[in-house]
Amino acid sequence: MRVSLFITCYNDTLFPATGQAVVRLLERLGHRVEFPLEQTCCGQMHYNTGYQQEAMPLMRRFVEIFRDAEAVCIPSSSCVAMIRDHYPKMAEEQGDPGLMRAVEELLPRVYELTELLVHRFGMEDVGAYFPHRVTYHASCHSQRSLHLGNLPLRLLRKVRGIDLVDLPNIERCCGFGGTFSIKMGDISAAMLADKMKDVENTGAEVVTAVDTSCLMHIFGGLHRQRAGVRMAHIAEILAPTENDPAEGEWA
Amino acid sequence: MTVRVGDSEHALSFQKAALPLLEDAQLRKNVRHATDVIQHKRGIVVSETPDWQELRTSASAIKAHTLLYLDHYLLQFEKACTAAGGQVHWASDADEANRIIVGLVKQYGGDEVIKIKTMTSEEIGLNEALEREGIGAHETDLAEVIVQLGGDKSSHIVAPAVHKNRSQVRQIFRERMNLPELSDDPEALTAAARHYLREKFLRVKVGVCGANFLIAENGSVCIVESEGNGRMCLTLPQVLISIAGIEKLIPRFQDLEVFLQVLPRSATGERMNPYNSVWTGVHGPSAGGEAGDRSNSGGDGPQHFHVVLLDNGRTNVLADAEARQTLQCIRCGACLNTCPVYRQTGGHAYGSSYSGPIGAIVTPQLLQMRHGQSLPFASTLCGACYEVCPVKINIPEVLIHLRGRVVREQKSALDPEALAMKTAAMIFTSRTRFEAAQRLGRIAQWPLVSHGWMRNLPGMLGNWTRVRDLRALPQQTFREWWKARDKVARKTGHV
Repeated sequence: MRVSLFITCYNDTLFPATGQAVVRLLERLGHRVEFPLEQTCCGQMHYNTGYQQEAMPLMRRFVEIFRDAEAVCIPSSSCVAMIRDHYPKMAEEQGDPGLMRAVEELLPRVYELTELLVHRFGMEDVGAYFPHRVTYHASCHSQRSLHLGNLPLRLLRKVRGIDLVDLPNIERCCGFGGTFSIKMGDISAAMLADKMKDVENTGAEVVTAVDTSCLMHIFGGLHRQRAGVRMAHIAEILAPTENDPAEGEWA
Repeated sequence: MTVRVGDSEHALSFQKAALPLLEDAQLRKNVRHATDVIQHKRGIVVSETPDWQELRTSASAIKAHTLLYLDHYLLQFEKACTAAGGQVHWASDADEANRIIVGLVKQYGGDEVIKIKTMTSEEIGLNEALEREGIGAHETDLAEVIVQLGGDKSSHIVAPAVHKNRSQVRQIFRERMNLPELSDDPEALTAAARHYLREKFLRVKVGVCGANFLIAENGSVCIVESEGNGRMCLTLPQVLISIAGIEKLIPRFQDLEVFLQVLPRSATGERMNPYNSVWTGVHGPSAGGEAGDRSNSGGDGPQHFHVVLLDNGRTNVLADAEARQTLQCIRCGACLNTCPVYRQTGGHAYGSSYSGPIGAIVTPQLLQMRHGQSLPFASTLCGACYEVCPVKINIPEVLIHLRGRVVREQKSALDPEALAMKTAAMIFTSRTRFEAAQRLGRIAQWPLVSHGWMRNLPGMLGNWTRVRDLRALPQQTFREWWKARDKVARKTGHV
């Protein structure tokens, strides 16, 4: 299948390894990956912070850029939630029937990564190998907007060599919340402290999620503490195989 | 009309109010413990209810419908209540409501009142208004007694003293009830409160209550409670005054079937409240007699019943199609108990009689966004509140809507955040600018980077690095890697 990758603005700039892992994984599974270079940002940060007018052109760009995609893969559940939950209403507010139709036609082709693997490709075992102790944090958008449920866990359980440990309070918000982490820094720090305690109590070396945004916050705190726990987007766990293990930090 | 919501006009911003609360280890432990317990109980009674989601859908639909026809149901209620011997008053704002109630108390010659907990009375500042007129207001809910005797403020709409633990309560009772030997055993504390209250129930002639539900078709008021003080206040006084927001209406008695299932489960994790009271007007020969004249009463319960319908900004909320779902709230408190932000700070950070997620949306709206502007931002939009709300208020959606209102109505174009956001938007609307910004960021970051990490960012971003490290922007963005790979592929023929 021809999969168009929407990498997300922050993965592109701060966590290219997430995108590289997604590409490796999808190509290994026999799919062709495209990357429309015009892409920038879905508009979530602006929309959620109250700058809804500024998000409108970003929505239009996304819809235009991916108009002809066979399937759009997004390794970020919060961006998918933005698109799914808010784009239709935004298009309606613009009073633009062409745009509304375009959004309606595009939405069924937009997938978060684990949705693409499990629902579209019908796979749970992607042939991955990742011999580390891992704990999985269920990000808020993945649970309450996308209703992913245990999709990511089903994929992780099939990874060879993995030692998967349950995270206590798995569904409790980590305290990132986008601009919340800056605007309400002290409360964000308090919520982060609780999440880090839960992660450290699992004894895991790696904390993973379907959103690098949460991980940036959780790992940012763990790194400050020199806690000895690393982060990996779920793609970075699903991409490596015995023949082609993870490079860089893991090797 | 001057809308007032407790002390919100003078409240500190959420961030500022939260700081000392985050330092209070006892408070944080109390709040964590109490909310964990209620959440756990709620989880059990919800999971054993097979049609829980259908009940939520029904409750939401009934409330949404009622709000769309509120004018009709309000008039229907007034007519039915009056026909049953009650008197209905209309208060456009807090001051008018207080004037009406003070006037009624004086009319019946009372100089004190007993109260069932009603958050609406805290919203309008009723106790303070009564005190100013020399009328004592005695709270009778155990938690409100604790708050009142402790000279404190409610911090939770269902469990107002959640921020106090047993030994703190003992301290308050020892001093204010003059019981130096009192232990912190829950039964001893309850017995002390019971003794303190019983004397008041039997003596005070005027009762003030709220309403969980106002039933339009027969003009009835419904109150549910756990302690029995409600029963005392609703049946013993000669005069009963109910203050209720106009959004408390439901169309029919039959609709209680839905609400009396979802409310107790959501609020206290019980299948049913211990005391459920529904009453209509006045029973038996009504009016005519003085408040102290029992010989003339003839019927059961208060012989003078008044309902004060309160607007205080609610019709403004009703007018906002995107946010009017806020008024569906049945004050269960489930959103408070599940909120990861509330868990850290407790209710006082919200500076309002209404705290937690519902407080964050209702307080600024009642005040037409002139106050409480920080409250819509006191959330990560995690959605846990929406998940548990028995009337399906999409709180995250309303929060985003209110953030938009704050930005459009209150923020100056020169606000640093507004400028940063406009700059970011400009960058994101063009591939060329985006890629240029990425390259610029990579260069500009160098003075701040040490061993691949940034630990000390300037300005607003400093809030990040106060507790977290930030990885330096990598030397190659994803798109640069992709373009390079593409080039190689085309050169070597591997496409």
